[in-house]
Amino acid sequence: MEGFLQLLLNGTALGSIYALIALGYTMVYGILRLINFAHGDIVMVGAYAGLFTALALHASDHPTAGGFLVVMAAAMAASALLGYLIERLAYRPLRNVSRLNLLITAVGVSLFLENLGQVVFGATPRVFPDIMPNVALFQSGELSITNQQVTVFGTSIFLMVVLEWIVQKTKLGRAMRAVSHSHETASLVGIPTDTIISFTFVLGSALAAAAGILVGISYPRVDPLMGVMIGIKAFVAAVLGGIGSIRGAVVGGFLMGISESMVVGYGSSTYRDALAFAILILILIFKPAGLFGKYQPEKV
Amino acid sequence: MQRRFLAFTALATLILGLSCGPKLNPNEIRIGEYGSLTGAQATFGVSTQNGIQLAVDEANAAGGVNGKTLKVIAYDDQGEGSEVAVVVTKLITEDKVQVILGEVASSLSLAAAPICQDHKIPMISPSSTDPKVTQKGDYIFRVCFIDPFQGRVMADFAMDQLKAKSAAILRDQKSDYSMGLADFFIKRFQERKGAIVSDQSYVAGDVDFKSQLTIIRGQKPDVIFVPGYYGDVGLIVKQARELGIKVPLLGGDGWDSSKLYEIGGEALDGCYFSSHYSPESTDPKVQDFVKRYQAKFGQVPDALATLGYDAAGVLVAALKSAKSLDGADIRDAIAATKDYPGVTGSISLDADRNAVKPAVVLKISGGKASYVTTINP
Repeated sequence: MEGFLQLLLNGTALGSIYALIALGYTMVYGILRLINFAHGDIVMVGAYAGLFTALALHASDHPTAGGFLVVMAAAMAASALLGYLIERLAYRPLRNVSRLNLLITAVGVSLFLENLGQVVFGATPRVFPDIMPNVALFQSGELSITNQQVTVFGTSIFLMVVLEWIVQKTKLGRAMRAVSHSHETASLVGIPTDTIISFTFVLGSALAAAAGILVGISYPRVDPLMGVMIGIKAFVAAVLGGIGSIRGAVVGGFLMGISESMVVGYGSSTYRDALAFAILILILIFKPAGLFGKYQPEKV
Repeated sequence: MQRRFLAFTALATLILGLSCGPKLNPNEIRIGEYGSLTGAQATFGVSTQNGIQLAVDEANAAGGVNGKTLKVIAYDDQGEGSEVAVVVTKLITEDKVQVILGEVASSLSLAAAPICQDHKIPMISPSSTDPKVTQKGDYIFRVCFIDPFQGRVMADFAMDQLKAKSAAILRDQKSDYSMGLADFFIKRFQERKGAIVSDQSYVAGDVDFKSQLTIIRGQKPDVIFVPGYYGDVGLIVKQARELGIKVPLLGGDGWDSSKLYEIGGEALDGCYFSSHYSPESTDPKVQDFVKRYQAKFGQVPDALATLGYDAAGVLVAALKSAKSLDGADIRDAIAATKDYPGVTGSISLDADRNAVKPAVVLKISGGKASYVTTINP
């Protein structure tokens, strides 16, 4: 029983990271109908931005909550800027061409970031500074909950609530929803669609950076290809929840993390990565719209 | 149109010119080296290269081999099997090397061995311990012990010194080295009536090992054997301690890297691993080597650096005694290596082209490994 609870707990922490990344996929898809394959690599850039900020501030010498927040803010700002630049330079010029071109460009941007990362940061993994030493907060028998797990979970939930508030309660959020409904109609009523799309990328990329920092804290090894697998899994989580649906991305992320933890615990880690793809295939066959998505037939 | 044709011709000439390859200097002996100079096991490649470079520089300073100087041509394989095939083929066909040194990771040596065997270019692996490596053919050698021995050493150590009665395994299923070493450990442990209570695996590059460790924790083993590479091991040990696992974790020579302590930190205190040599040895040959290495590279040589040095040393001795610089003659000279006085111990190659040598067990505390015991074959 304790084993099961521990697996559930580990899976929840992992799942909250997937959920944060899945949100970025889902928001961009919602607004542009584009799978932004470079999203996982933005996680990587965020992790590196946090790593360098932490090193520059010597944040691991005297770990404080303030240090953690500064590192987080710096990483989110760096990734937000990158997200803006990617949209502005790579995707916007292709706004009115076939969506396939956009998809291929996304793959290109992803490869570009991965290889640029290897040139700039080096292919050798770096150790993420210990800005939050691990302390067990709760120990009952064998079950242990650590401050890192609580931070990962808490930060993710907090950011998801903030996102929900932005999308549902603010003017910007209303504009985002309008643009995702129809670009033309939104621009007819005076919504600056390009600005709103840029804003969506900025928001999604900032969340990705936050996920990158949380990965760095829990699994302190950062390398230029770290975003590939985690990006794919978060993408599957987004599809599982119903791509385009914010609530779906969150639920999908948690389901993904927990089922991965269970499969490794009770099955074999051979199937850890296979699981993500098996879920993707099953969802596409039986419920193409995902758990929370609305099925929209393609208009030809 | 005319201009485009001109540009095309110019480009074609350029490509042809480049592919003609370097002019070969007859007074040079070309030694190829492939290693993971970047990537997840970068310290392995860099240490090995430093060791090789030191040995070759010393040999050249002492007059080279029969009047010829030695030249090392090294390529980075990024720790990827697919890269290995590319760079090793390039070393043989373009750089025309006469002999090849590499790799550390057994999976990568296994990728290169058939290529060297096909081209009849002798290859010496400094530190691949999987028995399959030298079984690839009679041109493939190594200067280190093999995993059946290393697995036995750690199983005996766990039972005799740590009084362990049960053990759990956490192995890397993508690595020939890790899979083999785990099997040999289990075999010995069970022969001596120890219980293997859990046998879990992971895939190199994973970052989350908590699920496997949670299951292992539930089985309450006396020791956990993790025959992986340092990058993954550092994270595994850390997460084991986070889950409240207090028993020692044991490993093999894949742990031997300064990067391990950087990743694992305090969590590693009280863990043990087997390796090829200890820089703490009082043997004057070792201390002299440590001094020369430190003078050149500014750090204490790890086991991989030392084996790189010994591999190059065995090679230089063989080149000196070889009848000619043909692949077959160099091969025969390497195969005849007997009682070569290496830093990691006396090296004699057996009929299977493996070195038979003692292993040392090291204990980690305070971010460094200290010598515990030597176990003879």
